[in-house]
Amino acid sequence: MTAPVLDVRALRKHFPIRRGLFGRVAGHVRAVDDVSFSIARGETLSLVGESGCGKTTTSRCILRAIAPTSGEIRFRDARGQEIDVARLDRAALRPLRRQMQMIFQDPFSSLNPRMTIAEIIGEPLLVNGMRDTRERNARVAELLELVQLPRAYLNRFPHAFSGGQRQRIGIARALALNPSLIVADEPVSALDVSVQAQIVNLMLELQDRLGLAYLFVAHDLSVVKHVSHRVAVMYVGRIVEIAPTAALFETPKHPYTEALLSAVPVPDPRRRAQRIVLEGDVADPSDPPSGCHFHPRCPYAQDRCRVETPALTELVPGHAVRCLRAAELALQGVAPPVAAGPSHVAQGG
Amino acid sequence: MAEPILQVRDLHTHFPVDDGVVRAVDGASFELHVGKTLGIVGESGCGKSMTARSILRILDRPGRIVGGEILLRRQDGSVVDLAKLPADGQAMRAIRGGEIGLVFQEPMSSLSAFHTIGNQLIEGIRLHSDLSRRAARARAIELLAMVGIPRPAQRVDAYSFELSGGLRQRVMIALALAAEPRVLIADEPTTALDVTTQAQILALIRRLQQERELAVILITHDMGVIAEMADDVVVMYLGKEVEKGPVDAIFHAPRHPYTRALLRSIPSVLAEPRARLATISGSIPHPFARPSGCPFHPRCPERLRGPCEATFPPEVVIGEHHATACHLYTTEGAEVPA
Repeated sequence: MTAPVLDVRALRKHFPIRRGLFGRVAGHVRAVDDVSFSIARGETLSLVGESGCGKTTTSRCILRAIAPTSGEIRFRDARGQEIDVARLDRAALRPLRRQMQMIFQDPFSSLNPRMTIAEIIGEPLLVNGMRDTRERNARVAELLELVQLPRAYLNRFPHAFSGGQRQRIGIARALALNPSLIVADEPVSALDVSVQAQIVNLMLELQDRLGLAYLFVAHDLSVVKHVSHRVAVMYVGRIVEIAPTAALFETPKHPYTEALLSAVPVPDPRRRAQRIVLEGDVADPSDPPSGCHFHPRCPYAQDRCRVETPALTELVPGHAVRCLRAAELALQGVAPPVAAGPSHVAQGG
Repeated sequence: MAEPILQVRDLHTHFPVDDGVVRAVDGASFELHVGKTLGIVGESGCGKSMTARSILRILDRPGRIVGGEILLRRQDGSVVDLAKLPADGQAMRAIRGGEIGLVFQEPMSSLSAFHTIGNQLIEGIRLHSDLSRRAARARAIELLAMVGIPRPAQRVDAYSFELSGGLRQRVMIALALAAEPRVLIADEPTTALDVTTQAQILALIRRLQQERELAVILITHDMGVIAEMADDVVVMYLGKEVEKGPVDAIFHAPRHPYTRALLRSIPSVLAEPRARLATISGSIPHPFARPSGCPFHPRCPERLRGPCEATFPPEVVIGEHHATACHLYTTEGAEVPA
């Protein structure tokens, strides 16, 4: 396998909790706590988990929107050189920012309403020295074509566009400088289903054509299934399971992954299964439970889960789990599609 | 089948604004039965929430009901047309939160931040009963226990911002049930919640429905939630009801091209990894630019030249309790896809 585009090692981000008049540090929220993964060229890794699990904080550290507390973020730049983004200062970060771009969740607030589409998509080109207007507009037209929007839209303003079209514009802008890594934080969760499908397909096509690496941050496991090569599940700041997509969905090894999969409503009334309904709420990351963070909600927890902190351990090559009982538990995944299913849904596509 | 507890007939709700009239609901008709869940599903602008707000008579200005009937069968067997009652009159106020309970998407904005959850519950209970304050407080604690809030006797004095999203939604449900309603309207009750919390809330709604024989109207954009919860389904598109029927028929024998396309475009955890999704071309039109005839025709792969552009089709019965409004089923010689 070729060297990864991104290699994150033991990433930590702790936010101080300040109390009292003098802002005394009373503790830390371990928003990201020892997170490691890598992404290859042309690959999608999804970070999934519920609110407060640290998935967005992880992505913000990688883009250096915030500085990590410790750990390495090794990024392979266009010349094939490996650079630790975690340690760079602002000036040194600038040239790298071209190669890592972001697609946002909300296509309505992420585009400047006073700028035309040509200006929005052309801005990163201008900032990076493409001063000739004609050259810039030619590149913008090329980008519009790439995201399947008509050239005629160049001089229009964002308000004239639907949510799906705005998301296409956001993608075109992200692609302007030929990045190698795209961080997409919930890029389709604000869109209607019929439009969401178009954007998911577009992201898949662009990846195949341009060899992009995606870090896809999402809470919707159904969408994740359609975009990912590999999936990492986070719970209270830690990766609890990471595996190739099919393995994670069909043979999950962590009880939290099993519960997450079981909780997803399936669009088929004939599959109203008995769900695993977890008790209680996601643990508070400023005061996480001892041992395995998941133990208070885990249906399989034993006494030792309360005291011992499990390490992320590879069970099968490429499939790692953070659970003391991973090897002995037989957990339920979601069944692969039935070939001759009567379901209209299963036949579609 | 027994008489429906709620019957909506040809409901039309319009928003007259400067640029024209938005026909938010343009001819919805359905029945709700005791102990059953009716799911209303559709994408943004389809009119599902406006249908709920019309029933509850809580439309924002300048929205108003311009046609149709909303018939509620009361405990004594009499029938009242909610569309004819003054929206903020005494009768409607007694029904709203009394006979019809409501749960919204955002518990944070529906609950007061200035009153404890107990005080809000006590107010709700006393508004629709003659319990003393003390008895109402005991009832509030009982309600919190019923919706699965741990340590209800202490939590009754908590403020809503001290609770997690899931607990807040449980409080909302306790509030909705405070006056022992027979109908519950839940508008995207789990959309703001995480998936494991959503599973808890859906299980709770199902349990309470069985225990109390509630009739539930569940409004959502999520076909998965509909498949999980509904007995009957109404599919809406741009204010129009395009198909309705039993949940199994809607998912396994959908007849309207929009229902079919919508079902195919849903991502599923059961799909092959990285499977391309089927798409519906174009996007949902702006309410001011509603297409003529059947509003779905510009995006419809099966549209017929002529009728689909000219008129909205009449509703045709195509199976037991299953109906659709589509020219394919009324035009002679039209080929109906299998």
